[in-house]
Amino acid sequence: MRSIEPLSSREVILEARSLTRAFGGITVLDAFSFRLHRGESLGLLGANGAGKTTAMNCLLGLTTPSSGDVLAFGLPLGSHRIGILRRTNFSSTYTALPGNLLVEQNLRVFAGLYGVPDPARRITGLLDLLEISHLRRRVTGELSAGESTRVSLAKALLNDPELLMLDEPTASLDPDIADKVRRVIRTVQRERQVAILYTSHNMRDIEEVCDRVIFLHRGRAVCEGAPADIVARSSRRSLEEVFISIARDGNVIDASPEVPAS
Amino acid sequence: MTLSVVGALVRRQLYLYQRTPMRLVELMFWPLVDLIIWGNVTVFIQRNSSADFGAYVLFLIGAMILWDVLFRAQQGVSISFLEDVWTRNLLNIFVAPVRTIEYLAATYAIGGLRIIATFLVMSVVSRIGYGFNVLALDWWLVPFFLNLMLFGWALGMVSTALFLRWGQAVESLAWAVPFFIQPFAAVFYRVEDMPSWMQPLAWCIPATPVFEGMRQVLQTGQASASLLALAFALNALYLLMAGLLFARVLHVVRTRGLLTKFATQ
Repeated sequence: MRSIEPLSSREVILEARSLTRAFGGITVLDAFSFRLHRGESLGLLGANGAGKTTAMNCLLGLTTPSSGDVLAFGLPLGSHRIGILRRTNFSSTYTALPGNLLVEQNLRVFAGLYGVPDPARRITGLLDLLEISHLRRRVTGELSAGESTRVSLAKALLNDPELLMLDEPTASLDPDIADKVRRVIRTVQRERQVAILYTSHNMRDIEEVCDRVIFLHRGRAVCEGAPADIVARSSRRSLEEVFISIARDGNVIDASPEVPAS
Repeated sequence: MTLSVVGALVRRQLYLYQRTPMRLVELMFWPLVDLIIWGNVTVFIQRNSSADFGAYVLFLIGAMILWDVLFRAQQGVSISFLEDVWTRNLLNIFVAPVRTIEYLAATYAIGGLRIIATFLVMSVVSRIGYGFNVLALDWWLVPFFLNLMLFGWALGMVSTALFLRWGQAVESLAWAVPFFIQPFAAVFYRVEDMPSWMQPLAWCIPATPVFEGMRQVLQTGQASASLLALAFALNALYLLMAGLLFARVLHVVRTRGLLTKFATQ
């Protein structure tokens, strides 16, 4: 169930202003702008090399943009990095928690890094929510992909973030676990009004989780809208077909390809 | 600087030792091997030289113990960083609200704990096995120890900056960097015994006045205050330069987008 409050009236949590990033003369992100509001989930879509990861890295402060600005909670990322990161969290398929520690130890360490009050209670609550309480004393490196993903998600929710960035959180998960992960993400978003930035190649994920998506093609935003609206506007039958069409030739499916700072 | 953040990073390393007791063995194994080798060499020299020189040559054991302070301090910093690379955890740390100074402080603290553990064991073994009493260095031990630790931290920061810039390709530097310094640091011989072209270089290294001072103390019970002043001054300079290098590399790595490349390898 989505909030009926119009997006434009909600607080802007994350804003990219004309983000551009070039590597060795090749522009991989080109004047990318968007706004993400409180309680909204925004999907960043595009083929490999479209610029999603670069955008995410710029938004997390891991990569400095060649030009443009990132603002989170109304503050510039460059000068308020620590304050912003305290209210943010991140999970990616491409990172891992130290495999040689127990699940509980890892979560305790990150609870300390994020200054989580009463970490024992918070950890217990999250393990229950993610249905992984039985993993508390397990060695992280010995977990299955699905278990690992849920532990990473527990880490990403430790500080009760207002902004959550998820990079392909359901990659390599079986349909059952992927569904559980999506349900948790939706629950947290609904109950805590978390703003979520989400990347995935799984269109089922996107349709279930995201209120709005932006398609990137060769570093440029070429299409934006609610997943169902985009499909309706296109001559395609599904979001996956839209994805393929854009990935192959950057085919823009509607007449308003420019993404306004909504 | 937030102490709870530093504490959490230190706790992460302590969990590693708790989880893997073999790490404690690794922590003690090589220092003890070195101590036994140099202890036996010392005994051999003592038995085949004059009584005066035999007493003097005990400094080899002291040198070994103090060298290990420097080496462990450098390793504490660089290995702590590499642990995060090896476990693909670096990105999680860099997107957490952790300041660079907090991260470095935690690696220093871990380095400090490693040094204390190794130093205590080596001191006891050298006393029992070879009759070398590290306390013979009296209160001079404190500034010697401190200077070697500071220099080890500076070298650790340089190693970490190199890992950040070039990734795992330069991983072996974690072990190699102190040994680039060792021939010039007058650890096992006096500066005046080095070839003349090496001597000016030797005096540019903060460890050199410490090892020279150690030999003076063992011989005369006193070290020259100017040696200590030189060590502290050089360390201040090296730490400043290492800090600037680290900050510069971090800037370059962020600008070029290198961090995510090697953090997810």
